[in-house]
Amino acid sequence: MTAIELRGVSVALDGRPVLRELTLRIPGGSRLGLIGPNGSGKTTLLRAIAGLVPHDGEIRVGDAAGGSLSRRELARRIALVPQSPAVPAGISVTDYVLLGRTPYIPYLGTESRRDLEIVASVLDHLDLAGFAARGLDSLSGGERQRAVLARALAQQAPVLLLDEPTTGLDVGHQQQVLELVDALRDDLGLTVVSAMHDLTLAGQFADHLVLLDGGRVAADGPARAVLTEQVISQHYHASVRVLEDPGGGIVVVPVRVPTERQVVM
Amino acid sequence: MTVTERRPGHDAAVAPGPVAARLRAGTLLAACAGLAGAALLAVLVGPVRLPPGAVLLELVGRLPLVHTHSGLTRQEAAILWQLRLPRVVLGGLVGAMLALAGAAYQGVFRNPLADPYLLGAAAGAGLGATLAIAYGPDTSSWPVDLLPMAAFAGAVIAVAAAYALGRSGGAGSTTTLILSGVAVAAFLTAIQTYVQQRDSETLREVYGWILGRLTTAGWREVVLVVPYALLSTVAILLHRRLLDVLAVGDDEASSLGVRAARVRLVVVAAATLATAAAVAVSGLIGFVGIIVPHTIRLVAGSSHRLLGPLSLVAGAAFLILADLVARTVMAPAELPIGVVTAFFGAPFFALVLRNSRHAP
Repeated sequence: MTAIELRGVSVALDGRPVLRELTLRIPGGSRLGLIGPNGSGKTTLLRAIAGLVPHDGEIRVGDAAGGSLSRRELARRIALVPQSPAVPAGISVTDYVLLGRTPYIPYLGTESRRDLEIVASVLDHLDLAGFAARGLDSLSGGERQRAVLARALAQQAPVLLLDEPTTGLDVGHQQQVLELVDALRDDLGLTVVSAMHDLTLAGQFADHLVLLDGGRVAADGPARAVLTEQVISQHYHASVRVLEDPGGGIVVVPVRVPTERQVVM
Repeated sequence: MTVTERRPGHDAAVAPGPVAARLRAGTLLAACAGLAGAALLAVLVGPVRLPPGAVLLELVGRLPLVHTHSGLTRQEAAILWQLRLPRVVLGGLVGAMLALAGAAYQGVFRNPLADPYLLGAAAGAGLGATLAIAYGPDTSSWPVDLLPMAAFAGAVIAVAAAYALGRSGGAGSTTTLILSGVAVAAFLTAIQTYVQQRDSETLREVYGWILGRLTTAGWREVVLVVPYALLSTVAILLHRRLLDVLAVGDDEASSLGVRAARVRLVVVAAATLATAAAVAVSGLIGFVGIIVPHTIRLVAGSSHRLLGPLSLVAGAAFLILADLVARTVMAPAELPIGVVTAFFGAPFFALVLRNSRHAP
């Protein structure tokens, strides 16, 4: 089954084209890694799928055209974890996660018992039960990222979009968050699309990579096919070595090429 | 999607389930008791002191099916019903409206410094009132005074202009909206000052209005304010949960299924109505819309579910007490109430700010 399908999707921001005629099919239950240099359109693509920017072309969500769904219906099908989520002052973790239930609560109504039960189970699932009453702004970076993830899970949407989910986390917490997302995907059968900067992690935590450059798909396929020294140097203008990890998989490491100036010094 | 189904067996581990921020009945009751106390005190104190027991009996006697003999003289009863009570009720209404509007504006614009006079409401009301004082006909025989109506119309027109300007600017971000409010306010204030200087014989009256007063409060003003107050209170309180959603910003609110712009429009309209109604009968009373909601945020929490109802009650109590001070410290003369709200409000707020663990 196809979770998300894009056909000829273009987005312009302030008259500047950011996505050009993008066509992409994301199978249900897959793990898609979205990579590409800064400004290549990763965030805009996620925002277009979540219905947050106007676009040309067609985006289908499950069996429905994205444009035909109301905001609420879309929010029940797609949960977006933004790159730098707002941290409202004085909000408790429970209340923050409860925001994820918004698409299910009547416009002027209040949450039901069931909404609170779902929040409790999500907090439990993400080991946040102990933080339930704490202020969101008192959490550490890793804990806060778990809370943001919990809010997205409370939306109970089959598709989870993550925009740089590991920004600002140390390497240990990066792995923890990504392992957590992976476990949740297995448990709940989610389709996960993550925009990632770290190419090694992207290769490890996605079945399929899509490399964007200049708003177009520059390369597309499994990690080994996309993450080659030649492709990365061409699109990222970076000097890297792609190494074989003895444990399986590949590792992308930046290398420093000696320059004239260094030789003189 | 079966997140809930993994719950059984975990209940014991998560001893108390998650508790969302809610207004407890006890908190609201305590706030209402405080308001009742403030109102009673304000009714009793004045040039003629009224006996508390008799006043209570007299008030209870007005309830349907209750007949009491309060023992108030005819003159005391007139002071109670014609002077003190309308003034206390009006002060309470004005304070409640300003505080609630302040809380709503701060939530909707995600800006702790937003206040009811943002978006040009005060400047518009000031111009309307000045025009009415300078050029309006003598309306003392009319059923409704012209001045409040003119102030009301001015405030609504100014905010509508600021909103239209802010939206035409493009993205319709909150900063654009606030800036267009500043532009509209500056323009209207310029006109207002011009009119005021041209008609120097009305200068004193205009100043008196701008500094804020409840001196002429009667049941007529109360009747004028009540419908607007009721409408805007209901509208804002109904949106209290959505105001909490807006706290994560327009983008995230949209991804949670909320049309942020629409919620903002409705809440801004309601808060402006509340402000305009308050300004129309009381002039410009600063500080209440900022001080009361922030004090509640610091003491009780920042969820709009607490903030809305508590701002309403605390704002009413605060203004009733401020008015009591305004009319007693220099009796028989009166201080402008805006002076009192600032004089007591600022140090009190500083105290709360210092002693609070969670800064806003």
